[in-house]
Amino acid sequence: MDASVENNVKTVRRSKEDKKVIRKQLKASHTLLKHEGISTAPQPTKSLVVANGGLGNGVSREELSAALKQIGEVDKLIMHPHKPYAFVTYRSEESARKAHIHLNGEKLQCGENSVTLYLSYVDSVTCEEEASVSLPEGLVLVQDFVSSEEEALLLAAIDWSPTNTDVTAQKALKHRRVKHYGFEFRYDNNNVDKDKPLPAGIPQECLPVLERCVEKKHIDIMPDQLTVNQYESGQGIPPHVDTHSAFEDTIMSLSLGAKTVMEFRHPDGRLVAVVLPERSLLVMKGESRFLWTHGITPRKFDMVPACDPQSPGDMTADPGTHSNLTLSKRGTRTSLTFRKIRHEPCCCAFPSACDSQGAPPSPSPPSPPSLPCCHADAALLEEQYVHRVYDAIASHFSSTRHSPWPRVCLFLSSLPPGSVLADVGCGNGKYLGVNPDLIAVGCDRSSALVQICAERGFQAFVSDALSVPLRTASCDACISIAVIHHLSTQERRKAAMQELVRLLKPGGRALIYVWAFEQEYNKQRSKYLKDQNKEHPENPNPTENPPEQSQEPQEKLSIHNSSHSEDNYRTVENNQHVNDGKLSVHTNRTAFETKDLLVPWHLKDGKKRVEVESGEGGKKDRQKEKSKKTSRPKTTLDCNPAASPGFDSNMLSDTRDATHSSKPSLGGDTCQTSSSALKLESESIPAPIFHRYYHVFQQGELEQLCAQEAGVTVQSSYHDQGNWCVILEKDLGR
Amino acid sequence: MKLLTHNMLTSHVKGVTKGYPLLIKATEVKVNEVDFNPQFVSRMIPKLEWSALVQAADELGQRQDLPGELVPEYENNEEFLKKVHRVLLEVEVIEGCLRCPESGREFPISRGIPNMLLNEDEV
Repeated sequence: MDASVENNVKTVRRSKEDKKVIRKQLKASHTLLKHEGISTAPQPTKSLVVANGGLGNGVSREELSAALKQIGEVDKLIMHPHKPYAFVTYRSEESARKAHIHLNGEKLQCGENSVTLYLSYVDSVTCEEEASVSLPEGLVLVQDFVSSEEEALLLAAIDWSPTNTDVTAQKALKHRRVKHYGFEFRYDNNNVDKDKPLPAGIPQECLPVLERCVEKKHIDIMPDQLTVNQYESGQGIPPHVDTHSAFEDTIMSLSLGAKTVMEFRHPDGRLVAVVLPERSLLVMKGESRFLWTHGITPRKFDMVPACDPQSPGDMTADPGTHSNLTLSKRGTRTSLTFRKIRHEPCCCAFPSACDSQGAPPSPSPPSPPSLPCCHADAALLEEQYVHRVYDAIASHFSSTRHSPWPRVCLFLSSLPPGSVLADVGCGNGKYLGVNPDLIAVGCDRSSALVQICAERGFQAFVSDALSVPLRTASCDACISIAVIHHLSTQERRKAAMQELVRLLKPGGRALIYVWAFEQEYNKQRSKYLKDQNKEHPENPNPTENPPEQSQEPQEKLSIHNSSHSEDNYRTVENNQHVNDGKLSVHTNRTAFETKDLLVPWHLKDGKKRVEVESGEGGKKDRQKEKSKKTSRPKTTLDCNPAASPGFDSNMLSDTRDATHSSKPSLGGDTCQTSSSALKLESESIPAPIFHRYYHVFQQGELEQLCAQEAGVTVQSSYHDQGNWCVILEKDLGR
Repeated sequence: MKLLTHNMLTSHVKGVTKGYPLLIKATEVKVNEVDFNPQFVSRMIPKLEWSALVQAADELGQRQDLPGELVPEYENNEEFLKKVHRVLLEVEVIEGCLRCPESGREFPISRGIPNMLLNEDEV
C-alpha cells in the first residue's frame, strides 16, 4: 500500500486523540525545521527524527534504544548533546514505518519523568564525526588500573572518622568530603604546611598501587601526600590548577566507586571533557598539570559516550564532540589524589600559572563559603573575601574610583570650615580632599589602599572599622561610604555603626552609604544595572553617565515602612535556602537575588597587581599625579557632578554566559563560574577573578540598624543610585 | 603621619583605659614645607589636645620653642600659629612606631602610615 493512501485511510478513523498527535507531530517538525534546519520527509524513509527523545529532554540512550529496538533492528541511534531530539535509522524502511505507527504520540518513561515522542521521517541523518579533540598535553588515563578487589580494599582503608587535623577543609568545604594524609592541604591559602606533617601518612593499602605506578613509570618518586575526596552525586570541584609551589610535577588521581567527567580547560579557551571510569588512574604531567585547570561540574548526570560494543575505545574520548552519547547517572565517587610535596620553588615552563614565578595565586577558593554564624567565622570570611581581595585589587580598584559621588560631596561641603572629618573605610582617599577646609583623616582595612592615600598626600592609617583608634567624640563628622555592607553579620554591622557614633562629638553627623538590594527604585534602574548594555561595561567612563538623581539640596525625611521590608526579608531569605546555605556568586549588572552574596571582581591587569604586592604598584601613574600637586596636603579632587555613585561600575558583566551554566540547583556550587569565565578572556594570561562578600541592604534595613543605636537621630535617609543612605546626628545630650 | 593625625589617634587595645596619647618612637622623621594658612591652623587648635601635641613634638625633638600652654588670643598671633603649623602639618614621622602608654603594644609606622590593626585577641 502506498504510504499516502495508508495515511488517508487512517485519517477516516482518526479519533480526537489521534488528531492531537498529528497536530503535535506537525508542530514538532516545524520546530525542527525552524530552529534546527532539519527538514522532515513526506515519504517514509529508513530514518526518523524522534522529537522529545533527546538527551536534552532527560531521555537516556538506553531507554530510547530499548523502545526503538522493540520495533525492529536499529542501525544507528544518534543523540546529540543537549538536543531535545534523536535520530534513528532502521535497517529497513518497514521497521521505520512500524516505529512511526507505534511510537508516534507514545509516552516514554525515563526515570521518574515521561515524555511524549513525535516521529517524522527524514531523508538523511547528519552524523558528522567531528575531529576528536586530543587530550591535554601530558595527560594520561589508564583504565582498570586497580581491580575491583583493590578498589574495595582502598575504599575501606579511608578513615572518615572526624579528626581535628582538617580544620580548614571542614570549614571551607561543606560539600564534598575531604581527608588528607601525609600533609594537610589548606584550602584557606591553597597550599601545604610543609613543616607540619600529619600524624597519619599515606595508608599502607595504597603502597602496592603506588609501587605499580613507579614500575609502570607513571612516577619517578613515591608521593608523600594523599588527598581523598568523596563526591556524592551532584557534587563537584571548581576548576583549579594545583598550586605549583606546593607540589611536584606529576599528580595522580585514582577514581573509585563511580565514574565522572572531569573538565580540563586551557587558558586559551580549549575545553576537553574526560570521562574518568571507576578504577582508572589519571596521570597529570607537564602542561596538563601546570597550565590546564581541571574540575568537575556539580551535577547528577553526565553525558558520556555510549558504551557501544562497536567502539569500546570511545569511553575515554571527549564527550563534547560526540553524537553517540548517553546520560550516565553519577554515583558516589571517591578519588585518591597522590602528590609529592615540593621543597624548592617551581620553575616550570608556564610562568603565567606559576605562583613560584610571580603569577597571582588562584584567586578563587575551591568552594563558596557559607554565611557565618559566629564571630570567628565572620572574621575569617571577611578576611578572605574582603580584606585580602581589596589588597590584591587595590591598584585596579583605585583606578576605577576617581570620581567622588555628588551627594557625598554635598554632605562634605555642608560641614563648617575646620570640622574634623573621619572617613572610616576611605579606600583610595577620594573624599579626603573634597573639602579642603576640613581636617580630614581616613582609615581603611587595606594597607594597599591606604598607601595610595598617603601617596596622594592625605593623612590615613590602617585600621578596622570595628575598632577605630581615634579619640571618642573627636570628630565633627564621619563618613562610611560602601563599608558596612562588607560586614557579614548583623552584630558586626551594628558594631561598625556604634563605632562611628562613638567617634562623633555630640551634634556631630555621620553619612552612611551601603549597597541596596533594590537596584531599581522609583521605577529607575541604578547605574549598576544600566551599564550592562555598554560596549565595554568593565570600563565605563563615569563622566558619560550623568546621574539621574537631581542635585537639589537633599534630605526629604523618608523613613520607610518596616513591615513592608520585613516581608521582603522573608522572601529573600527563602531564596537563600535554595542555595544550601552557601553564598551565591552574583552576576554583575543583574538584580540581586539574595542579600548575602559574593560579587566578582575581574582584575584588569594581572601583572600590575604583582607589582603592587612587591610595593611598586602603579608608581608611574601616581608619580605623575604627585607632580601635579602643590605641597599643600589638602589637594582638591575634582568633585565631578556627573560622577556615578553606582558601585563597581567598572566590572565586567560578561561572565553572564558562564554563570548561566551553573544554576544553583546543580548542587549549589556556583564557584566554577569564575573559572569558566576565564575562557572568555581573550588575553593570553587570564584575568584573575576575585570575589568580595557583600550584604546588600533592603529598604528600611539601614534605618532599622540606626534605630537600634541609642543617642542618635536619623536626620534623613535616601536612595542614591542603588545605595541606601542615611545621615545620622549624635544627640547633644550624649 | 603628621602630628595632627597623632593627636587624634589613641590606643584601642582591649581593656586599656588610658591609651592616650600614644608614645612615638621614630627612626625617620621628615619636615616638609607646607603652605601656611593661618585661618586653617587657628580653626584646628580648638580641636587639639594641646599637651599631647607638645609631648609628641618633644619626643621627636621638634618642639623648638612651642609653649607648654596654649597662648590666649592665638587667632591673631601669627608667630605662634606658624609654630603650630610647623609641628602639626610639616613634621612627619616616616618610620617608627606608636606605643600604647598602658599596654606597651606597639603599632608600626612604615612609609608614613601607622598600622593600627589589632590581633583577634586584642579586640
